[in-house]
Amino acid sequence: MNQTADTFTDGARAGLPVVLGYLGIGLAAGVVERAAGLSYAEVLLLSMVLYAGSAQFVLTSMVALASPLSAVVLTVFFVNVRHLLLSAALAPYFRRLPAWKSALLGLQLTDETFVVAAGRFAKRPPEGAAWMAGLNLAAYSTWAMANLAGAAFSAQFAGSAAATRVLGFALPCMFAGLLVLQLAAQSRIRTGLAVALFAAALGVAVQVARPGPWAVILATLAGATLGLALERWTSAPKSSR
Amino acid sequence: MDVRPEILALILACAAVTAVPRVLPLVLLAKVRLPGWILSWLAYVPVAVLSALLAIEVLVVDGRPAISIANPAVLAIVAALAVAGFTRSLIGTVMAGVGLYWWLAG
Repeated sequence: MNQTADTFTDGARAGLPVVLGYLGIGLAAGVVERAAGLSYAEVLLLSMVLYAGSAQFVLTSMVALASPLSAVVLTVFFVNVRHLLLSAALAPYFRRLPAWKSALLGLQLTDETFVVAAGRFAKRPPEGAAWMAGLNLAAYSTWAMANLAGAAFSAQFAGSAAATRVLGFALPCMFAGLLVLQLAAQSRIRTGLAVALFAAALGVAVQVARPGPWAVILATLAGATLGLALERWTSAPKSSR
Repeated sequence: MDVRPEILALILACAAVTAVPRVLPLVLLAKVRLPGWILSWLAYVPVAVLSALLAIEVLVVDGRPAISIANPAVLAIVAALAVAGFTRSLIGTVMAGVGLYWWLAG
């Protein structure tokens, strides 16, 4: 490693916005988890082993409803299967990494760390795994601590659904911020905007017609396909047709 | 400070089905050189996934579309998008959005 290489510390510093967002969402998750009857040890285990915000909310609400294990696992799988796309999008940047390092980086992949990483790598590809490991670990450790803190404060918050809702609103705000940063980083802003509007409309339509995690997956697949089609269409040389 | 066996089993099973889609492409695709059109397609994934997640989170309330300024989340997110556009600051965006939402709906 030379001095100009991406360091672990640089990655952790790039993760600061994610850390702040996770403080809010993690607190909200911890409050809800504890209120649903999970012990402190279970909250910590959940946030450290599963480490997936939306899936933790899903699991918690299904545990509260005493759903069967198979139903919870299947729903969590559908909620998280979108990570296939994120993981595949990062794969080209880590071609030279040993498989075990890629696996460790992938294990802590989230929507938020993905967008921070993808935005950075589009400008400058990573050198080695250290930068992403720093980003991942900053987000991961914050998430576990925020969950635990939320569980500890749960008794104070439990009476106030409003407070939990406000804390949880950090999630869509983070999506909004990351979306704007992603759009700004696109080489074709208009195509990016079209993809965003299309994916949003399709996601909402599917979610209303048939609620479930496939709304996001379907909107993502269709949105990315539209982006590719528009890109090919607008850049196709006239002579080829 | 106890972990019930059935909760442990549930967490481990959920973690396993979550880990596979996170890890598999990074490990398998790393050895393959993907064709250009797949790379172009993958480049649109972040915008599409974020936009869909955001829209569903904000515009669908209790399974019904809530596309109206009567929905405080819509106003707060429009403000958050504007803050993000002008400042390019993720931290500022989250603080502005949560603050406004707190004021409107808290």
